[in-house]
Amino acid sequence: MAGGDRRFILHFDWTLFILVFALAGIGLVSVISASYAGAHRTLDPLVIRQLIWIAAGTVAMLIAVLVDYRALQAYAYPFYLLVIGLLIAVMISGHATGGSRRWINLGAFHLEPSELAKLAVVLVMVRYLRADPPKGGWGLRHLIIPFILLGIPAALVLKQPDLGTGLILVLITLTLIFVSGLNLRTMLVLAMAAMLVAPLSWHYLKPYQRQRLVSFINPQADPLGSGYHIIQSEIAIGAGGPFGKGFLKGTQARLNFLPEQSTDFIFAVFAEEFGLAGALVLLTLYAGVIARGAWIARHARDRFGALLAVGLTAIVFWQVAVNIGMATGMLPVVGITLPLVSYGGSSLIAMMAAMGILISINIRRYLF
Amino acid sequence: MAKFHIPKSNRPVPLLEPRIAALTAVMFVIFGLVSVRLYYLQVLHHRENVELADRNRIRIQRVPAPRGLVFDRNHRPLVDTKPSFDAQLVPEDSDNLSLTIERLERYTGAGQIADKISDADDEGRPPYEPVTVAERLGWQQVVALEAHQLELPGVSLQITPARHYLYGELAAHLLGYVGEVTKNDLIQKADYHMGDEIGKFGLERVWESSLRGDAGGQEIEVDSVGRRLRVLKEIADKPGESIVMTIDLNLQQAAEQAMAGKNGAFVALDPRNGDVLAMVSHPAFDPDIFGGGVKASAWRELATDPNHPLQNRVIQGIYPPGSTFKIVDSIAGLEEGTLSPETAYHCPGGLWFGGREYHCWRHQGHGTIELHDAIVRSCDVYFYNVGEKLGVDRIAKWSNQLGLGIKTGIDLDHENPGTIPSSAWKLKRFHERWYPAETLSVAIGQGYVATTPLQMAQVAAQVANGGIRYRPQFVKYVEGLDGNIAKSYPPVIENRIKIDPDALEIVKDAMADVVNGAGGTAHRAHLDNVIVCGKTGTAQVVGSNAPVGESEAEDKTPEQFKDHAWFIAFAPKDHPTIAAACIIEHGGHGGSASAPVIHDVFQRYFQLNPPPPKPEIARVLEDASPSQ
Repeated sequence: MAGGDRRFILHFDWTLFILVFALAGIGLVSVISASYAGAHRTLDPLVIRQLIWIAAGTVAMLIAVLVDYRALQAYAYPFYLLVIGLLIAVMISGHATGGSRRWINLGAFHLEPSELAKLAVVLVMVRYLRADPPKGGWGLRHLIIPFILLGIPAALVLKQPDLGTGLILVLITLTLIFVSGLNLRTMLVLAMAAMLVAPLSWHYLKPYQRQRLVSFINPQADPLGSGYHIIQSEIAIGAGGPFGKGFLKGTQARLNFLPEQSTDFIFAVFAEEFGLAGALVLLTLYAGVIARGAWIARHARDRFGALLAVGLTAIVFWQVAVNIGMATGMLPVVGITLPLVSYGGSSLIAMMAAMGILISINIRRYLF
Repeated sequence: MAKFHIPKSNRPVPLLEPRIAALTAVMFVIFGLVSVRLYYLQVLHHRENVELADRNRIRIQRVPAPRGLVFDRNHRPLVDTKPSFDAQLVPEDSDNLSLTIERLERYTGAGQIADKISDADDEGRPPYEPVTVAERLGWQQVVALEAHQLELPGVSLQITPARHYLYGELAAHLLGYVGEVTKNDLIQKADYHMGDEIGKFGLERVWESSLRGDAGGQEIEVDSVGRRLRVLKEIADKPGESIVMTIDLNLQQAAEQAMAGKNGAFVALDPRNGDVLAMVSHPAFDPDIFGGGVKASAWRELATDPNHPLQNRVIQGIYPPGSTFKIVDSIAGLEEGTLSPETAYHCPGGLWFGGREYHCWRHQGHGTIELHDAIVRSCDVYFYNVGEKLGVDRIAKWSNQLGLGIKTGIDLDHENPGTIPSSAWKLKRFHERWYPAETLSVAIGQGYVATTPLQMAQVAAQVANGGIRYRPQFVKYVEGLDGNIAKSYPPVIENRIKIDPDALEIVKDAMADVVNGAGGTAHRAHLDNVIVCGKTGTAQVVGSNAPVGESEAEDKTPEQFKDHAWFIAFAPKDHPTIAAACIIEHGGHGGSASAPVIHDVFQRYFQLNPPPPKPEIARVLEDASPSQ
């Protein structure tokens, strides 16, 4: 344990720490904007709850820093099983909102197990891939177990249905397999298989999910329905212009994204009020987190730590890419939060804990 | 420091490094693409997006579907919807809100618009959401609004289907009412939106999912002051399904008329299947006042009315069944073998038990009588003896068998199961053992016994049909938009007791004589062409000075201490097709207050559904006609 060791302070990753709080701060500002309903109204309870969750996330992050990340290897499978259990519990008795079951009602807090699923998949995947691959890299037969480990939680979140989280689980698994040493031939086989399977999967999509894909290709096809979010989000972002309309001056985003303005479409709220300049600052902060994550991965003391850092960084990257890609009309609409910025307790706390683990890996690169 | 220096080649991740680098590069390329996209939207297309955002806003206007209709059993409409012209105001679209409100009040004559806006604000409704500020505008007001559109920025006219109860208070407790969704509803039901109507009570609430239908919508382009420029897209709504009830409008009207001006409850069932033919709870309310947002004062008035008009007395009102309970005693005694038709007891006007005298309502006594006469003349002493022989637990057992002390399962909220005491019940409730003397008051339907009018109607129905307890149902079927039956509700048998037909015949004969025989207590329920069977009862009101037992003497007790008057009945005696219960609060006694109600309803019923002429009745009528 590092307690009392000067190096603990010396190697504490202040850069990452500050980036996390800068992003959470932008999130808070955006949640204030999204829930703003006029100057004479008091702070929305949403804002106060977000503050509480940032505080809780900070505690989670600091605990993660103090724990030696190598201990996580032992907890990878138990944690994974726990999350599977929670996902099944959601399916049986979850709190239904907007036609999907994603939450477990814990009274004051609605736990969203799919947020924990991302961490769990990263942990088991890294636990499995920490072994050195054979000469030439992982082949297809080595991928059977990772795909099973991915398949169970992915099937459960898709069932909710939470297409966004399912997609993220697939993307982080592929990222980890690639980085840990997938052989090139297998990579080509997988790519071709994906291209063959994609049209088949069309049949497994729910009608509204298909509708979203159609809307993505042609938003005007159904402007009142599924194309609506894309059109309105693009208008909001575009209306922000180079420097934005100013804090609390945005109208478009508030006006129209009633159900998800503070979660999945928070970027539109922010980009309308702070413009291209603000959006680029936000992207730069994320780029900083990713660069820092990559640096930590390269300098980690062991293969487990390195892959773990890659996995955690991949969560942030893919969520940012998918979320902003969707808000700007580059990708079809799937529900996914903007890490550290979107409103929501489960997402914030899980993400801050992930950042804590990254810092923990960084601190311990000299400690053994 | 050398200790901590780790040469690059010794790092554990040599294979990983190039791949991490490649991955990082891909990530930055993707971020680059996102930045290009942002530049495209925010710089190159900034101007047109601003225009779209600020000048021409797109609004989604939900158009609620008309709720399904409600019909009586003969498909006569009871509830429909008619267009209501409502004025809506989007606070954000009005530069000078107070001026707009002032003008709006002047043109529509509506008041408290400012209050409605601030109420909506307090509920957290955002300023860009329209608030309904004036409802059910008349033609003149609509014209005035249209003519002054330009002076009223942010004001729009909305045509919504409004619930209309064709017969006002008729069957109000069954039909229920609709109202605007509350915040709580919105949390629990994802597919409802602010301002939507939702069934709040009665049939409207329970059959909400059938009645509601699917809302449609319009995408409307509005200008900067909220004026509609054009409709971009329209989605048709899907009206709700209709409900065909089991009640008969004519019979319901007859029942309402018979109950007019009285506080109490009436319910008629078809003993052959449990259909509710008519149900009245008085005083009632006009469900129309709830539509489109109940006025706070009207609501307060209803909620605080000492006569409880919102309470459905048929299922929520619990009353001691009084002497109507003697039917239950008789069945229990005959089935348990503690009673036979020949069992005789002497009634000197009272009974000494446990050092105390229990009176019969007839102070001079009934003399020595057998079961038939004891029912017909409602002798209390006779049933004290029957009850004592049975014991409270066997009375409770048979009461439960007949559906007393348990919910009937009717599809209405807040049904009260009532109370049937037993020794175990008393131990649990009061931590005290049962005293045999208490059984005496139970035997005449007093003491702890409490039943609802619906339960007592079921007792009558079970005597009528030979012991089958159907779940009372008031919806025959749900009618789909295509006019076909979307969902039907076949009879549900809750319980079937094996009663010896001979024993039941004794009870039926006695009940026939209650109405038709000499010395019976309910001559006022007599019909000429049909044999009506019945039993009167008096539910003692706490605080009444009247002696225990049925007081048949009209007294000068103040109104609020007057006993409640019961009457349960069925007809025709052979092959019964209707069973009913009626209670008139503070009505005095059943024979004079409740029997006439049942008389009137039954009379109407047999006008509408003429009984098949029984050979003997036909003969009597033939014999009678020439002499007139």
